[in-house]
Amino acid sequence: MKKFRIPLLLAALAFIAAPALAQDTGTLKKVKDTGTITIGYREASIPFSYLDQNQKPVGYAMDICYKVVDAVKQKLNMPNLKVALTAVTPSTRIPLMANGTIDLECGSTTNNAERKQQVDFGMTYFVIKYRFVAKKASKLDTIADLKGQTVVSTAGTTDIKALNELNTADKMGINILSANDHAAAFLMVETGRAKAFLMDDILLYGLVANSKNPADFHISSASLGVEPYSLMLRKDDPEFKKVVDDAMTKLYKSGEIETIYHKWFLSKIPPKGINLDFPISDSLKRVFANPTDSPDPNVYK
Amino acid sequence: MNYHWNWKIFWQLTPEGTGTYLHTLLVGLMWTLATALAAWIIALVLGAIVGVIRTTPSKWAARLGNGYVELFRNIPLLVQMFLWYFVFPEFLPKAMGDAIKQMPPPWASFVPAVLCLGTFTAARVAEQVRAGIQALPRGQQMAGTALGLTLPQTYRYVLLPVAFRIILPPLTSEFLNIIKNSSVALTIGVIELTAAARAMQEFSFQVFEAFTAATIIYVVVNVGVVFAMRWLEKRVAVPGFIGPAVQGGGH
Amino acid sequence: MFGPFDFGVIIHNLPYLFKVGMTFTLTLTALAIVLGVFFGTLLAMMRLSSFKALSLFATGYINLMRSVPLVLVIFWFYFLVPYIGAWIIGASQPVQVGAFMSSVITFSMFEAAYYAEIMRAGIQSVPRGQVWAGYALGLNYWQTMAKIVLPQAFRNMLPILLTQTIIMFQDTSLVYVLSVTDFLGAASKIAERDGRFVEMYVFAALVYFVVCIAGSFLVRRLQRRIAIVR
Repeated sequence: MKKFRIPLLLAALAFIAAPALAQDTGTLKKVKDTGTITIGYREASIPFSYLDQNQKPVGYAMDICYKVVDAVKQKLNMPNLKVALTAVTPSTRIPLMANGTIDLECGSTTNNAERKQQVDFGMTYFVIKYRFVAKKASKLDTIADLKGQTVVSTAGTTDIKALNELNTADKMGINILSANDHAAAFLMVETGRAKAFLMDDILLYGLVANSKNPADFHISSASLGVEPYSLMLRKDDPEFKKVVDDAMTKLYKSGEIETIYHKWFLSKIPPKGINLDFPISDSLKRVFANPTDSPDPNVYK
Repeated sequence: MNYHWNWKIFWQLTPEGTGTYLHTLLVGLMWTLATALAAWIIALVLGAIVGVIRTTPSKWAARLGNGYVELFRNIPLLVQMFLWYFVFPEFLPKAMGDAIKQMPPPWASFVPAVLCLGTFTAARVAEQVRAGIQALPRGQQMAGTALGLTLPQTYRYVLLPVAFRIILPPLTSEFLNIIKNSSVALTIGVIELTAAARAMQEFSFQVFEAFTAATIIYVVVNVGVVFAMRWLEKRVAVPGFIGPAVQGGGH
Repeated sequence: MFGPFDFGVIIHNLPYLFKVGMTFTLTLTALAIVLGVFFGTLLAMMRLSSFKALSLFATGYINLMRSVPLVLVIFWFYFLVPYIGAWIIGASQPVQVGAFMSSVITFSMFEAAYYAEIMRAGIQSVPRGQVWAGYALGLNYWQTMAKIVLPQAFRNMLPILLTQTIIMFQDTSLVYVLSVTDFLGAASKIAERDGRFVEMYVFAALVYFVVCIAGSFLVRRLQRRIAIVR
């Protein structure tokens, strides 16, 4: 009988709703016990977290994350702490954070009140607006232009939710498509499957700049909402959050963040050596001066 | 970090505001069934043709049939899905390719998904049809010829009616497979049941509720199909014939 | 609109496609066969067991796994396994299971249901008399199974087990939905990055086709050899 135990247990649990599965004892303890911290990265969130020509994740958020990891090393006094990397998509990142597969997500994740009920966030490190990209030839620029068009966005993002809400509230009759990740969504516009791709503006700049013919595309001047980005961490883990927040605050106050910002937004970046030329916005300047982890968009307006 | 169960989530409104999460799942189920049924028609017709030509005396026709089966059985379904969706339109004349790509959703992904599942399953149906025909005593075909029937007539009036009856059980499992395989269509944007569960998870964060519901729905559909087919099998059974043991793995 | 077929993009990325992608696919397939056949055999024995509870459990598990799509099972396990892990070892927080381990567990447990049905047929293909002979010789259940029944069951079912394995090799491509870099994942990452999806997907199809056709050719030869021996 003993031999059957594991498959029995496995299967039994899969179908029995076991309430209160686990008690948190904190990410720091987990990292200390396993000697490893696992970072969730994205594959096409340029320039925050994406794969370079060697398929290695790099970016602005990754650099910030490594600073946080340094702080964790210091805090735990573990200079040889191993860093494991796991790819996440917008639809997998929150469950994977909750189930402990990743400890820190370094991507392009919007911090909002709704998500805060499931996960927690560090300090805001970027502020975006929703815009859309379309082929220049299709001459779409305002939100009203999207009426009746086929518009794609990425599954699991706040953008696709905004698009849905727009459709319901204003009776826009937009055909909404969802793609697995940003690269796939952009490809739909490139190949003519969708007229426009609604996404966080900075990601659109990154995708367009890295496309084969950047001159073919136009990013709308009209925008929808404002949203803050941050590093995602597990909920109810004040100890770990403090390490993250302190490390980020130190980064901002020391001015080091400007070097990192300059590296990713105002210089040539891999894989193609393109310069996004995206100066620090006023609202982000305010965040760097007074670090905040607020999920409220109005704070950043 | 406990998982917060919330079974009432199904009655909450989705962000689209058009209905509850349960409604989303049921719409997903509808697309699953629509995809599966449309693809099943292609699979049956094409599979019967390919299966039949593999048993005809013509060597080259048999080779063609075998080639079809080998081609579609040895490439992963997901890769075939990508070929139909991304690659196929690029090989057509530009205007035609664009017309396909710009069909309004969900058709732009539904049509390739149906073609993909249909042609994929046709290869498997063909294998069953071939086995069914070959399981018949050789005398049957000879009897047909002796009666003065042409080859097509022999197939139409003698071989196929019996062959299809005896391969009903394996066809049932192919039909169940096509329902399950339709979930692969989520990778090209068909919001079928699994995709609907995933979307529900993204918006509500209730991962396990969403997947539990989808699992239950799949099981119910499965059981329903099995019972319906059993009934059909009993109605059309030919006494003295049992299905051939064609062993083909599958999912 | 994407210009002529560019072989360069394939050649340039061969090391990544095979060293990273194919290695993942093959390792996953190999581990999942071993574990899948192991658990599958156990499930088959349970299903044939005279213990009602065991048999019911195995039947339920097999039928459940066989009635849900693999894609859904992949999602289930990726999100659920860490909790199960914690529950089994009694840990206070979810156990960290990487994408690779999670895929291995998923495919082992999912394929086990399919291997179980094959093994059940295999076990049933061994005449009952041999089992009784085993008992008469004083062997217990496990000895009878290990020494008499299973070796024959494996041999009789080998071609079907291998055919199922080829199918599983194809199905591992579905880990794409988790953004895991298996062979297809690697191909699609390059396809999306460089906009060269015609080349990458056609090439991927070709590689899978060659591997699988070679595999099924070997299975057929094996089948003929076994048929002669018997």
